Amino acid sequence: MPGMPGVDAVSQRARELIPPEGVITDVARLRTYECDGLSHYRVVPALVVIPEDAAQLAGVVRACAEHGVPFVARGSGTGLSGGALPHAEGVLVVTSKMRTITAVRPGDQRAVVEPGVINLDVTRAATPHGYYYAPDPSSQQICSIGGNVAENSGGAHCLKYGFTTNHVLGADFVSPQGEVVQLGGIAPDTPGYDLLGAVVGSEGTLGIVTSATVRLVRLPEEVRTILVGFASTDQAGAAVSAIIAAGIVPAAIEMMDALAIEAAEAAVHCNYPDGAGAVLVIELDGAAVEVAAEYDEVERLCNDNGAFEQRLATDPVDRALIWKGRKSAFAAVGRISPDYIVQDGVIPRTALPEVLKAIAELSGSSGVRVANVFHAGDGNLHPLVLFDESKDGEAEAAEEVSGAILDLCIEHGGSITGEHGVGMDKARYMPRMYDEADLDTMQLVRCAFDPDGISNPGKVFPTPRLCGEVPGRHRGAHPLQEAGLAEVF
Amino acid sequence: MVEEAHPTSTAEVADVLRDATSRGLTVVARGRGTKQGWGMPPTSVDLVVDLSGLDRVLDHQAGDLIVDTQAGALLSEVQDVVGKERQRLVLEETVPGTTVGGALATNTSGPQRMLFGTARDLLIGVTVVRADGVVAKAGGRVVKNVAGYDLGKLMIGSYGTLAVITEAVFRLHPLPDLERWVVTPVDDPGRAHDLAQAVVHSQAVPWAVEVDLPASGPGTLGVLLGGRSEGVADRAETVRRLLGDAAEVTDTTPPGWAAHPAGPVLLKLTFALSGLRDVLATARDAGVHVRGSAGAGVVHAAADDAGALDALRAVCARHGGSVVVVDAPPDVKQAVDVWGPVPALDLMRRVKDQFDPDHRLAPGRFVGGI
Repeated sequence: MPGMPGVDAVSQRARELIPPEGVITDVARLRTYECDGLSHYRVVPALVVIPEDAAQLAGVVRACAEHGVPFVARGSGTGLSGGALPHAEGVLVVTSKMRTITAVRPGDQRAVVEPGVINLDVTRAATPHGYYYAPDPSSQQICSIGGNVAENSGGAHCLKYGFTTNHVLGADFVSPQGEVVQLGGIAPDTPGYDLLGAVVGSEGTLGIVTSATVRLVRLPEEVRTILVGFASTDQAGAAVSAIIAAGIVPAAIEMMDALAIEAAEAAVHCNYPDGAGAVLVIELDGAAVEVAAEYDEVERLCNDNGAFEQRLATDPVDRALIWKGRKSAFAAVGRISPDYIVQDGVIPRTALPEVLKAIAELSGSSGVRVANVFHAGDGNLHPLVLFDESKDGEAEAAEEVSGAILDLCIEHGGSITGEHGVGMDKARYMPRMYDEADLDTMQLVRCAFDPDGISNPGKVFPTPRLCGEVPGRHRGAHPLQEAGLAEVF
Repeated sequence: MVEEAHPTSTAEVADVLRDATSRGLTVVARGRGTKQGWGMPPTSVDLVVDLSGLDRVLDHQAGDLIVDTQAGALLSEVQDVVGKERQRLVLEETVPGTTVGGALATNTSGPQRMLFGTARDLLIGVTVVRADGVVAKAGGRVVKNVAGYDLGKLMIGSYGTLAVITEAVFRLHPLPDLERWVVTPVDDPGRAHDLAQAVVHSQAVPWAVEVDLPASGPGTLGVLLGGRSEGVADRAETVRRLLGDAAEVTDTTPPGWAAHPAGPVLLKLTFALSGLRDVLATARDAGVHVRGSAGAGVVHAAADDAGALDALRAVCARHGGSVVVVDAPPDVKQAVDVWGPVPALDLMRRVKDQFDPDHRLAPGRFVGGI
């Protein structure tokens, strides 16, 4: 690496630790790692290492720390916010060879897995014991647990079962200074600060997890998946509100609008109801008698709110067919538009009708088409903003609409990201959601873990604080006693 | 001489802490003082910040299943407010009179943690005042949100050593139409273990599996089921069959449910689920009363002294867990290691140094002298 003595040193150290095929310096091969799932950001890393175990990985991180070289961790590279975008003068640490499911302990309702293990493989390993791993991002057939931990990934079923952070109980962790520590464990409530809670969802900015202890959830006795057709998203949204108000917590409630349905039909022929302005995919699970009772009520509430067609799937094959349309929705949009932005924002569920109307107005006034797919139960919107890169100005117009949708989410008290992460893509929006003091306080955590700022720098936060700085001190006596706020006794 | 401050808003707490900073005062936050004795006694207290004036439930959005509350509000008051819309915060009151902030700071949890989790699974937004008086918030008012670091989780169980929590937003759950307990007598650890495992691994969706085994003599295993009426009756019957002939279904809360066992020394024991048998057996040998979640691997033990601590620590450690001396007379606390071995302590110290560089917030109360 001409001009990068630090990287040279790390590279040399990596060759001592890792078999030759796991240390990549050849530019053509480096280029295959230049982006993650958000492919319009591209950076060729200076070095790629693919460790086979935690000791090799920790050795590389220690070398990075010693030489002040930035590093970025990458699992399967499916992230949608550029969180695993490489650093041009840094090392990309790829966990794809760390794919061992170390233990499946159904008696303890836990599994211990390496970070490169594919999400769905945890469920596959647990199912023979009557268990599964609940967080199920749409990419679960290819995304890794390490990536899920970094991003605090969600999925359709997090409405009832929670996110990655609720299902990761322990981790072996390499800090950016190369320390190997245990966070949490197989038993709950480890004494001390919940550092694991800070690490999960920190998007690789606090260090790298080399093993995760995850919760296994008992398979439900019964699962019913219902596909419901409505004339409009307003009707479908009203049905969602009615279901929640009735005290039912479905495993999932997903909504797609007409344009998203059109795309899914074109791509996977999912045979959704003809002429629907919106469909809901509702899944109920649990004890059989309870699910049956909930189903009757859900069916009634959907009819009350104008459902014109309802289909029930009780066996796995029919269920998979219903889910196929929903889970392929992002990619399917490629069938109706050459380019598109996958947005990820959150609003309070009750603001749904208002926000959908505002998105429709934005789309109308700008001429930019927007297909809507979302986790309706928890207000997590995935508007797909369509454009054609080859046409002048379309990309910019789409970018503008996409940003305006995030502003709508913030205005309604929501979030700029529900599950895809801030990454590279949304760091600039963070100050719209949090003020300077909020961001400064988050940086305190960063400074504790990574004082030199070498772990995935440039992600999540727009302007990292220099860790040597002492926070502003306010001097001078405050007239508390006069104000009656303090007394001396 | 200990000063007291009685702020009624986040802004006033910030004023208090800025003033304390300028005067270099050590500070302890207090809700209703129900758990002030927990942890190690602080090495210095110049100022107590009494948060009982921040007692308002600020906003309940029933349609969004969230509640926004000040930290000094009583947990019971929050339940009253959200209960009007047939909702609840599944953060059970294990110590009577607990405030929201107190429950968060000490990370208390009850039987239903087995299904609904603990504070870390329910808290979606938090406002804190740092040692230097800076007000910061993290998270927000929506359940699904991955923007920025989850500072709420760092605050939970931090015993007031990182910042003062002034406001919290929680996700809520619907109130069940029906609740049923299935209770059976158990007299030995092995039997309690086998029955607990049978229920835990059933598909009856138990909300809680609680064991209550006194120092000697028979105890009980109790299972809570809640939800829609039709389903609960059926699930209760399933569990009754699993628990055997002596089991009874009841609509009355069993005695001692969600309360810690009583004794001068209170210990918190954690372990992997498969360790229940050994933990109960060790407790019984040592003559301590154990009560708690057999379904989550978290129980409390009450004893006259800390004599059983080493044996309990050894058995819990063998099953991946730990023992913390939660509450005890001062002389007992001085004589033992209250927190036990804590992994990643260096990282924890660095977090503390960043948030409270002068170590003025509850100094010495937490792990490793933090």
